[in-house]
Amino acid sequence: MTFKIAASPHTHQRRTTQQVMRWVYLALIPGVLVQTYFFGFGVYIQLALALFTAWVAEGLCMRMRGRPIGHAWQDHTAIVTAVLLAVSIPALAPWWIIVMGTAFAIVVVKHVYGGVGQNLFNPAMAGYVLLLVSFPVQMTSWPIPAELAQIQVSITDTLNLIFTGFTSAGYNLEQLRMGIDGMTMATPLDSLRNDLNHQLTLTEALNKPIFGDIAGIGWAWVNFAFLAGGLVLIKQKIISWHIPGGMLVGLLVPAAIYWLFNPDQAITPMLHLLSGATMLGAFFIATDPVTAATSNKGRWVFGLLVGFIVFAIRTWGGYPDAVAFAVLLANMCVPVIDRYTQPIAYGHGGRS
Amino acid sequence: MSAATKAIEAGHIWTFPGGIHPPERKDRSNSTPIEVLPLAKQFIVPIKQHSGPVGDLLVAVGDNVKAGQPLTQVGINNALPVHAPTSGTVSAIGPGRIAHPSGLTDTVITIDADGNDEFYSFAPLADYTSLSRAELLDRIRQAGVAGLGGAGFPTAQKLALQRPLDYLIINGVECEPYISADDRLMREHAQTIIDGTEILLHIAGCEKALIAIEANKPEAIAAFEALLPNYPQLALRVVPTKYPSGGEKQLIQLLTGRQVPSRGLPIDVGLVMQNVGTAYAVAQAVLNGKPLIERVVTVTGDNIAKPGNYWVRIGTTVAELLNQCGFEPVADSKQEQRVIMGGPMMGFTLPDLDVPVVKITNCILVPSNQELAPAAEEMNCIRCGACADVCPAQLLPQQMQWLAKAKDYDGLEQQNLFDCIECGACAYVCPSEIPLVHYYRKAKAEIRNIAREKAKAEVARERFEARQERLEREKQERLERHRKAAEARKKAQAEAVAQGGDNPQDAVQAAIARAKARKAAQAAAAAKQNQEGDDE
Ligand code: SF4
Ligand code: SF4
Repeated sequence: MTFKIAASPHTHQRRTTQQVMRWVYLALIPGVLVQTYFFGFGVYIQLALALFTAWVAEGLCMRMRGRPIGHAWQDHTAIVTAVLLAVSIPALAPWWIIVMGTAFAIVVVKHVYGGVGQNLFNPAMAGYVLLLVSFPVQMTSWPIPAELAQIQVSITDTLNLIFTGFTSAGYNLEQLRMGIDGMTMATPLDSLRNDLNHQLTLTEALNKPIFGDIAGIGWAWVNFAFLAGGLVLIKQKIISWHIPGGMLVGLLVPAAIYWLFNPDQAITPMLHLLSGATMLGAFFIATDPVTAATSNKGRWVFGLLVGFIVFAIRTWGGYPDAVAFAVLLANMCVPVIDRYTQPIAYGHGGRS
Repeated sequence: MSAATKAIEAGHIWTFPGGIHPPERKDRSNSTPIEVLPLAKQFIVPIKQHSGPVGDLLVAVGDNVKAGQPLTQVGINNALPVHAPTSGTVSAIGPGRIAHPSGLTDTVITIDADGNDEFYSFAPLADYTSLSRAELLDRIRQAGVAGLGGAGFPTAQKLALQRPLDYLIINGVECEPYISADDRLMREHAQTIIDGTEILLHIAGCEKALIAIEANKPEAIAAFEALLPNYPQLALRVVPTKYPSGGEKQLIQLLTGRQVPSRGLPIDVGLVMQNVGTAYAVAQAVLNGKPLIERVVTVTGDNIAKPGNYWVRIGTTVAELLNQCGFEPVADSKQEQRVIMGGPMMGFTLPDLDVPVVKITNCILVPSNQELAPAAEEMNCIRCGACADVCPAQLLPQQMQWLAKAKDYDGLEQQNLFDCIECGACAYVCPSEIPLVHYYRKAKAEIRNIAREKAKAEVARERFEARQERLEREKQERLERHRKAAEARKKAQAEAVAQGGDNPQDAVQAAIARAKARKAAQAAAAAKQNQEGDDE
């Protein structure tokens, strides 16, 4: 009688890549809901487009590389990439923006580098940066939070806008983004940096309806929602606290110091934390395990670096938000970080 | 006393990085006392059950043996003997399959039991302190005691190292899931284990022993707590439940905060570790003269009707053991059934059941596919770092995995592959279900092979060069000898001539002259005959 041969260990904790990824996109749901509440159904349409594109692109790549297609679907990493990209772009951006970005993320950033686990750069963020650099207007045209908009956009109009560029009444996106004062409304970070660049003081700059009470209408709540999802991930041990913690500290500390010395010229620490893609970036983007540092110490350094770059670009750089650039720049530093933060192996002189 | 030593004395428990908490499932086997199974009809005793050289055979086919009689001897290479598990007849000696991950064969002695189970007579020892250290070590070696917890390192050899020792550590942690052999032994035979520990302390010339038990064994802890007040030189240490806290290196880190240097031994940091089963066997050997012919084996898993712990004679086949414990493989799932020797984390699967239980066999696990699901298909590493988070040796398993797949052996050594203790924690958590340990083992074997080949080639080269050198030297010597001989001859000749003797040179000349003359005479005679013929 013969029995089955297997390599030890013979037991497994049964948390598969798929499950890990599923937790990640489940934890994104609160943020997506809140974002939809403030920025309209466009968010769902972008999500659908991104998922469909990712699905097709992933399948094609697997086929072309002669790998079983099933593997790609199974591990669910493409889903996470698609969702991250979809929530990062303006909800009413034309359809080809998200399609192009997702396809680029999956095909070039992920598969050209050898598929999941081999890519150097975070696919969603590389896709985002490509779009931002190529189509700056479309990529910064965030709709006005529902509370402030003059015209409420229906589902049909949302579809029309995304696919044709005009609502049925013939408005285009630019017109829709007009505030009550007849000025195009930028995102809080965007508006703030413009105004600060135009020598307005912080108090003057913040004196716009978009800022609301805390850190920009809508944006603060979106950030809180992503924070909540992120805490669930930490609780579930899907991610460790090192990267988000590092990133928030790396952003907050220099921001607070800078603000203390330039109280009238700097973005407030609160705005840094709760505006733009800060929480999404800290808990969902920078934590992408493939492209982050590996040891806990390394993750901490990586997070600090991302946070600091975000601060630096927001303060002195040419773009209003900076999470994508910061993550990509930090991705490039990962080999160096890993090298200098490699834990000392047992018996090689480390301390207990 | 330094601060660190003070902390050790005070019972401080350090931590080690990583580790996992797999389901323990020890309660299935640890609630009933250790049972003695009926004797088998046949026993298969491999002559090598430990690490190190094997002893010379003492028996031949047809010999009658008694239980405990040595089958191999220590001999000149200081080998570890094996003993007959029961009385009977040696029916075969030759290659047979042994319990080994790769299904190796080795020399085995087959004994047909006569059923009487007659024992060889052992000499008990009333006062072990009357014997010298060397005599005690010999007694332990003669009894065939090897480490029962791990690789089966001969106990006497470990104790023979004459180096300063701070502590002897008795390992009763048993962190591997399912296994409860040590747990039961500690509950039922704490006194014998303590006796063994005292003997070990005496031999090692060490002042203090730390007995370590994992927190999930309250009964065993209670058993020791009841006895230890009488033994000031023994101290109990309860370590938190975490796998692999029973690993030698991890336990040392837990109890002393020290780390065994890479490629070093515990004794390098003033420590020696023995398993509780070994301490028990030492007491049996020294006090009762009883050799190591049986041990406690946990038999457990969903597909075992009577899970529990059993006193099993060394040499009992796994098939026999499982029969006794009610194992019925489901006929159609036969191909899927795994029989694991050892625990679920570090044990290995047996291809068939005709292999014997040996000194290091602590568990036979027969799981259903529900309780321990078979490995799923391997997926790509997503570099999630979960493996690095749990690695107790602080390695980077994912890095090593890439390198192992790329066969980058230099890179692997740089990543300290050889400090991997193969605990399997990394593979346990890997969401892509990559059989990481399997890759490491393969890479280690390959690296060892390369080193061996290199050493072999080196030896061959040296041998070749030595031979060339020798031949050259011999040639030179031969020439020299000839030259000397010729010289000596010449010299002797010259001396003889000088003393007025015949010059041998003259004799040669004379002989040549003689031969010429003879030839000339013959020629003349022939010519004459021809002439006469012509005349006719
Ligand atoms: S746990 Fe598995 S998938 Fe994650 S980094 Fe380690 S080897 Fe890769
Ligand atoms: S098997 Fe090796 S690499 Fe994996 S966790 Fe254990 S020591 Fe670390």
